[in-house]
Amino acid sequence: MQIYLPIAELPISVLMVLGLSGAVGFISGLFGVGGGFLLTPLLIFLDIPPAVAVATVAAQVAGSSMTGVLTYLRRRALDLKLGGVLVSGGIVGTVLGVLFFNAMRRLGQLELVITLSYVTLFSIIGGLMLYDALRAMLRVRAGKPARRRRRGGMHPWWMGLPFRQRFPRSGLYCSVIPIALLAVVIGFIGAVLGVGGGFILVPGLIYFFRIPPAVVVGTSLFQILVTMTGATLLHAVTNQSVDIVLAILLLLGGVIGAQFGGRAARNLNVESFRLLLALLILSVGLRFAIELFLAPSEPFSVVVPESAR
Amino acid sequence: MRRLLHLAALLLLLPAGTAAGRAETLIAAMSSHQIQITSNYTGSQLTVFGQVERDGRSVSRGDPYDLVVTVRGPRRMLLVRQKERLGPIWINAIQRRFPENPVFLLVASSRPIAEMMSPETARRDRIGLVNAERTSQSWYDDSASTTLFRESLVRIMQGKGLYAYEERGVTFLSGALFSAPIDVPATAPTGSYTVDVVLYAGGVPLARQQTNFEVIKTGTEQRLASGAYDWPWLYGLVTVLLALFFGWGASVVFRRD
Repeated sequence: MQIYLPIAELPISVLMVLGLSGAVGFISGLFGVGGGFLLTPLLIFLDIPPAVAVATVAAQVAGSSMTGVLTYLRRRALDLKLGGVLVSGGIVGTVLGVLFFNAMRRLGQLELVITLSYVTLFSIIGGLMLYDALRAMLRVRAGKPARRRRRGGMHPWWMGLPFRQRFPRSGLYCSVIPIALLAVVIGFIGAVLGVGGGFILVPGLIYFFRIPPAVVVGTSLFQILVTMTGATLLHAVTNQSVDIVLAILLLLGGVIGAQFGGRAARNLNVESFRLLLALLILSVGLRFAIELFLAPSEPFSVVVPESAR
Repeated sequence: MRRLLHLAALLLLLPAGTAAGRAETLIAAMSSHQIQITSNYTGSQLTVFGQVERDGRSVSRGDPYDLVVTVRGPRRMLLVRQKERLGPIWINAIQRRFPENPVFLLVASSRPIAEMMSPETARRDRIGLVNAERTSQSWYDDSASTTLFRESLVRIMQGKGLYAYEERGVTFLSGALFSAPIDVPATAPTGSYTVDVVLYAGGVPLARQQTNFEVIKTGTEQRLASGAYDWPWLYGLVTVLLALFFGWGASVVFRRD
């Protein structure tokens, strides 16, 4: 069954989009990430114009993170105070990112910037996570605890910077500066790559601030919900690239997939969970690296500049 | 300047026309002048049909009639980019603009164009995928690289199904009656399309006729698309609320505790 998308201006198979968004929703429910970093490239691969893909995925990510936020709110595993700091940092980062995005577009090298950032970002984050997960697994196999235990009173230096705040729900007493900085970076990356940034925020909060994973996922989803709601509105108003029909299809598949993903997450042990997420992120990075390093079979490409649409 | 060049091109055409006597006239019509996009739209097919009319003065010809139909879609600026190696990576190094280039192009002929006319005639009359959009300027800019970029543009657009060449796409039903199907894929953009029909005999153009059709969104498709442009705030707000509603609905439906 095919349906014509009014803004993307092409027909698409309903079942395929539902299946695709369901699979991505499953992954996003499983790992507590938005899933935009998988969905956007997939939609572009299906010939949907990149601007429409980025804008519409923002709406889908807003919807699926809403489900997560409500669930974590009910379980009291959401730190609204920490979320507030993340959101304000994220807004600053998003504005900077949009400015950078437009500057690169003027120079005609936007595509290169996006590909390069996908490769470096995904390889580094995926590689670090893989290394960490494998080391933890080896330690378990050797009969030691998975992670060296944290000794009391030991804190990384950045947590001791000025403007310290208590975040009771996260069990955190830490300077606001590094948290806001992390949020700025994520807002920036999100605006340039058209992703929510959950896949950076979740490991970032765990590794740099040692916040309990359960709270991290809920809080990260809250930050994603706010930024993606804003992004959807901005895209709709500034470039009319949100496709409401595609958004509904993606939402339907996404929210259902996310439910099953969330349930599967409870039956998965932590170490294999981290290993899987690391492999997933690495493979996306690899997919973009191939494009960058291998000689293309078709060196030419045709684009219709967005401004001309 | 551009108008002058067009005039010069016309003058070039003129002697050929008078020598052939200009006795034939061409009648062409579309099966429909409008394609309506609805929610189950998956592309459409139109037919251009017509007749070659001869008056009493027409000399009988040794060469058969040949027809070329060229369909040009809405025009947009197209950028063609070429990747080149820079150190270990491949980047878009060179790009060329093709302003006002049709996003849809279909050429159909009654037999292969190469059999119908000389390459020079094809270029002069803008017959064939690569020749169809030769502008008056590019007549003088025929450097190898321009040709390479234009040929790449045509090749990629053919791959996307937006450009096509049907070398036996025009059928003569009788000696004078002809028809040609025009396949409009679902990815073809909305807007107005022109259809040029040119009659040849022995490599000489005898008559030409132009008609047109348009592709428009109707019903829900049209309302949604114009809503997005006319009331962007409302459209964005509705989308966001819908997304949040879906998210909330899922947490209610699937709630277990």
